Amino acid sequence: MTAFTATVTVRLKRGVLDPEAETTQRSLERLGFELDDLRSADVFELDLEAGDADGAADRAEEMAERLLANPTIHDYTVEVARAE
Amino acid sequence: MTIAVIRFGGSNCDRDSVQALESMGFDAELVWHADGLPEDTTGIMLPGGFSYGDYLRAGAMAARSPIMGEVREAAADGTPVLGVCNGAQIGCESSLTPGAFTTNESARFQCEHVHLRVENAETPWTSRYGEGDVIELPIAHGEGRYEIPDDRLDELEAEGRILFKYCNEDGEVTPEANPNGSKHAVAGVTGECDHVAVMMPHPERASLEDLGRTDGQPVLSGFAD
Repeated sequence: MTAFTATVTVRLKRGVLDPEAETTQRSLERLGFELDDLRSADVFELDLEAGDADGAADRAEEMAERLLANPTIHDYTVEVARAE
Repeated sequence: MTIAVIRFGGSNCDRDSVQALESMGFDAELVWHADGLPEDTTGIMLPGGFSYGDYLRAGAMAARSPIMGEVREAAADGTPVLGVCNGAQIGCESSLTPGAFTTNESARFQCEHVHLRVENAETPWTSRYGEGDVIELPIAHGEGRYEIPDDRLDELEAEGRILFKYCNEDGEVTPEANPNGSKHAVAGVTGECDHVAVMMPHPERASLEDLGRTDGQPVLSGFAD
């Protein structure tokens, strides 16, 4: 078994309204910044042991499917790296 | 018969729900989620509140708690299930009902009275109203915007699974009357069978005569069917 860190990034699907992101963007603009769009996302870092990187990714993906993301409104990505 | 009102850590409409149900003659019981469903359960209410502090997403943690497996089994066996507010979020997170309730368009917590139009008066929860009736109930939520892919929503509309839509006092569904930006102004939906339903407005907060309006009583009466 090897130690991996799986990074799960959960985002609202394109087209789903994100009022918090809109509010954050407006605040940045009020501070004088110029930007065209702002998207927010939740990032989860999971430390786990697995036989190989694929095994770690599969498990992280299942966690995303079953809890971390809500498939009705979210897309997610999983990236796996050997733990330092 | 006993209606189990399931209390999670952070539920706060649980006692209101029991009081409203008992005032209408129902036998209702507070059930701590870890204790499981009582054997004589004949109805299940998922009350409002902030279960698990709304961590991750409102309702996400409670939806994965073991008692929800029992709730799903009971629902499949025909036991009526009603989720209100946080209970509605739990219902959608646990796939008892379709779609998701997420951050209000205003990005604010909204606590106010709203008007609702009865869309389908042939469910246990709406059969004591007429189709098109306009009722007034309170809302109190930060994550009540109904979201679902457009094609799924069209299917729900065609199948008569929308219980209520936000409207003005004349029953017109307008953007101004939609308090949270819900798609198609949806305030409540049924599961695959209409004895399972969720809604963001609070019928139990409009069911005691001493407190004024009782527009919510007919929803709770659905437990008698």
